[in-house]
Amino acid sequence: MATLINVPAKVKRGEVIEIKTLISHPMESGYRVGTNGKVIPRDIIRRFVCTYNGEEIFHAELSPAIAANPFIAFFTVATETGSIEFKWTGDNGFAASERASITVE
Amino acid sequence: MIGELRHWSGAGALVCFLAAASLAGEISTDERRSDYEFMSPGLQRMQDDDSVNPGMLSVLDGKTLWQRKEGTENKACADCHGDATTSMKSVAARYPMIDPKLSRPVDLEGRINACRITHQGAAPLAFESKALLALTVYVAHQSKGFSVDIPDDATTMQFINAGRMVFVQRQGQLNLSCAECHDDNWGRKLAGATIPQGHPNGYPVYRLEWQSLGSVQRRLRNCLFGMRAEPYTYGAPEMTTLELFLAWRGRGLMIEAPAVRP
Repeated sequence: MATLINVPAKVKRGEVIEIKTLISHPMESGYRVGTNGKVIPRDIIRRFVCTYNGEEIFHAELSPAIAANPFIAFFTVATETGSIEFKWTGDNGFAASERASITVE
Repeated sequence: MIGELRHWSGAGALVCFLAAASLAGEISTDERRSDYEFMSPGLQRMQDDDSVNPGMLSVLDGKTLWQRKEGTENKACADCHGDATTSMKSVAARYPMIDPKLSRPVDLEGRINACRITHQGAAPLAFESKALLALTVYVAHQSKGFSVDIPDDATTMQFINAGRMVFVQRQGQLNLSCAECHDDNWGRKLAGATIPQGHPNGYPVYRLEWQSLGSVQRRLRNCLFGMRAEPYTYGAPEMTTLELFLAWRGRGLMIEAPAVRP
């Protein structure tokens, strides 16, 4: 599962930084009908969590109305050097995770 | 015999006449603008930022596929072509190109599938499949920033002219041709949307309406459907000649793959 993460590598302490995440996922709503006349079962990401050195700084609940390949961007304050982890979980046991490191001076 | 000759020269004159007539509406070099310029600033930023452009996810997939061994030959694209970032640089700017063996235009998708059959001993990938789009966009991305450069030798021009005939041909229940919108009315509105010039320099594009990546051929079929015309099948000769004509028509524009389009 391809993901694209954008976290500034080097920042000043206390600086407000933007974190951008993109993941490839069909986000099938569960409301569409396939060519065989049957409803295509729902297959979406349900939850996204971001932790900064183990502490949760952001989470999002995703719904069927969200387009394919969800892009989630948010802000946080750079407090200390360490790692930022991202986790996406969803239908049919979908799970993906990514990690980015950040240096705070 | 003489009758036949007369018939042919008559047809030749007709072709020349039509070509001249279509040239009248053609977009001049200084007016040629990528469809990018007709988009909102927000969408332009989405395309420009590689960490936001959803087409880049497929570029990543393509990078993986480039290394994957396939077929009876158990060869990867990389085994012959090496590092795509150098070997595939500027290649997409010259496509579709005339294949000397086939004597007809071949687009990037067609070249990738031909390579799979002859060199990898693998089955061709289906049109619009994730894998084919990913490989195509990965190759096309290596030419980002290069100008579309279609040669104007006699053989190529012959197919370009054939493509032009498709472009100016009225068809479908609305009795429209491609040229009527994209040569004569670009910049004006079709309902809420601005009609772009219709250049293929950003393909495969991530189209928000599709929520996925798609090829030029998918876009052309989409347009034909809108014209209430019968869309050409994927890989049809009309498709590749039209693709070639469109590339030539947009020569000089920069490759943007993967572009984002509304």
